[in-house]
Amino acid sequence: MEVGVYADFAATTPMDKEIMEQVLEDAKEFGNPSSIHKVGKRAKEKLERSRREIAGLLNAHPSEITFTSGATEANNLAIRGIVSRLDHPHIITTEIEHASVLNTYETLRDVADVTYIPATDKGTIDTGAFKAALREDTALVSIMLVNNETGVMQPIYEIGEILSEHGAKLHVDAVQAFGHMGIDVKGLGVDLLTLSGHKIYGPKGIGVLYREKDVVLAPMITGGSHEKGRRSGTENSLFIGAMAEAMKKADAERTVRSIKEMQLKEKFLNNMIHAEIPFEVNGDVNQASSHIINIHFPWTDSGFLLTALDMADIYVSGGSACSAGTVEPSHVLESMFSEDERVKKSVRFSFSHLMEEEEIDTIIEALRNIYGRLS
Amino acid sequence: MEGFHRKPDLKGMKELDNKDITVVVGMSGGVDSSVTAKLLKEQGYNTIGIFMKNWDDTDEFGVCTATTDYEDVRLVAEEIGIPYYSVNFEKEYYDRVFQYFLDEYKKGRTPNPDVMCNKEIKFKAFLDHAMKLGADYVATGHYAQVVRDEDGVRMLRGVDNNKDQSYFLNQLSKEQLSKVMFPLGHLNKSEVRELAQEYDLATKDKKDSTGICFIGERDFKEFLSGYLPANPGRMIEMDTGEDKGQHDGLMYYTIGQRQGLGIGGEGGPYFVAGKNLETNELYVVSGYDNPALSSSSLEASGLNLISEIPETFECTAKFRYRQNDMPVTVTRIGNDEIKVDFHEPARAVTPGQAVVLYDGDVCLGGATIDRVFKDAKILEYLG
Repeated sequence: MEVGVYADFAATTPMDKEIMEQVLEDAKEFGNPSSIHKVGKRAKEKLERSRREIAGLLNAHPSEITFTSGATEANNLAIRGIVSRLDHPHIITTEIEHASVLNTYETLRDVADVTYIPATDKGTIDTGAFKAALREDTALVSIMLVNNETGVMQPIYEIGEILSEHGAKLHVDAVQAFGHMGIDVKGLGVDLLTLSGHKIYGPKGIGVLYREKDVVLAPMITGGSHEKGRRSGTENSLFIGAMAEAMKKADAERTVRSIKEMQLKEKFLNNMIHAEIPFEVNGDVNQASSHIINIHFPWTDSGFLLTALDMADIYVSGGSACSAGTVEPSHVLESMFSEDERVKKSVRFSFSHLMEEEEIDTIIEALRNIYGRLS
Repeated sequence: MEGFHRKPDLKGMKELDNKDITVVVGMSGGVDSSVTAKLLKEQGYNTIGIFMKNWDDTDEFGVCTATTDYEDVRLVAEEIGIPYYSVNFEKEYYDRVFQYFLDEYKKGRTPNPDVMCNKEIKFKAFLDHAMKLGADYVATGHYAQVVRDEDGVRMLRGVDNNKDQSYFLNQLSKEQLSKVMFPLGHLNKSEVRELAQEYDLATKDKKDSTGICFIGERDFKEFLSGYLPANPGRMIEMDTGEDKGQHDGLMYYTIGQRQGLGIGGEGGPYFVAGKNLETNELYVVSGYDNPALSSSSLEASGLNLISEIPETFECTAKFRYRQNDMPVTVTRIGNDEIKVDFHEPARAVTPGQAVVLYDGDVCLGGATIDRVFKDAKILEYLG
């Protein structure tokens, strides 16, 4: 294990040891699920079992589950799969989506009319603003469930309600939500939902797209018509098995994990107050997922703090990394706040049930040292 | 290669092991700063590399030279085995260096952004950043030497006479220099290249960067015209009063310049001898040794002294980078102003550039040239 304290679990999680062992074991099963012989059929059986398990966890039908290379591809398939079938549709999304949604819409600027809703300073999308943006011809709505930078939950249930009498499809990026809250696709009223393996202690390179059975998607990757033609390419059966395992475990341990994350977060905030480190929480802490907290430190900018923390072997993040290694301001915070200072002086901490309480003490100690050096 | 393992003489630090001394190296992705980092690491310092991003030159494809340079920093830092980071000083650079650069051009002067960058960015914003991160020293790949002994801090020329960069460092205060290391100062450039080969650093074959960092390989005129309106005017032969055609804008020319005037033929070659901002006329003269290009003294302001000097004294001075030293007499004429009398006439001394004073190999400090005189008469069209 790495020296120091890793508190960047929203960026990625370490692979669960049991899942790692399972992957090594499953790797012996090499069959191609498309082959019609016994070796292939064994692989197919395993693949479809994973699909059934995942569907069950989401309250979906197995035929509504498509496997992809990750959530980025799943978001691309959801969006492009719908937009390419329509003539210049109207779409609503938010300014605080993940880059895999925002940059996808950016490339579709000429073929779709996209309305971007800003976040309030609480980090949420205002349902009033959503209603105002909704048009009769709105075809697609993309809103994330838990924001990856602030942890703030978006009012998906309310938006699903608003859309219940409307023809627009609801696409939800649930990458940061699964494992921290129960997800019932029918209950939420979503039509498309995306998940990622490596955010829930599974491997990188595996993602899931839930697609309500009546939603028709044009494929982006064509070939041997795998995944009912929605996503060609021999299935990554090894990681699909790992994904199912990671999801089952995350769902089963959801309450225990969330309580632990919540305790760590509370300890972190309380100890910062005790240590007299000036800070403010970005976004409404009462509407946030248990594992993410975004903190504004008025006394230093994000780039400096991230470097200083890394030198103290504490690994967190903030904003988006530019190709020259510097930190660009977070587009999420830019949407929430008009003050430049607040956007530039904020850092994200994300916790895990795997962390020890003492690790919070180490973070606080480092923050206190850095703050002390600056004042 | 004797000598490069020598520890810098660190006053009051002798009881400390090098591993307890944190040195932040400004790494540009070039060969000099790569070797700098490697030498410090070899000497056992707790070495940390930091890349400075001072200019956003992202092209329409989202690629910037900073990306490839940072990539080189990463490769070298991984080879050496040191942590590496990046820091963004685009705003500081724009406000404190680029704005000065434009303002000087507007005044018809020829600025020296490298001097300003060292003063305001590398050894102020960056030094400050490194100190806040817990560094004891900041190191760069400059060819100059810092000596710390019982007499305090002094700066010497780099031993490589051709690469010596003390000219660009003339505005550093003693305070700044007390926290600085120049591990390449006692090496020749060729030795640095050899070391890069010997250590097999990723940047060993990289070409040296040329020109002003934010302009890079681009055309200077085109770059500047994007920021300052070009105002074409007449080009006048100073000795004959003859109109030699049109100039592209006074800001594009510097005193003594020959290239790019677009006039040749009989009577040439021609050189820029002055600018008249009021009439927007560019004065040119014929012949390299034309008396109009020659001067005998100057006045300079913004004096920075690294070593103390008396009211009047004799020393040598450079008026431009890579020029040979000239013997001069310096007189202090105000708090931060000096008058510099040349013992022999000097050619093409240019307002906006630095005058840097030397006593042997010791760089005493420097100032910015404001006015240039010939036999006590001001050359008013120099800017």
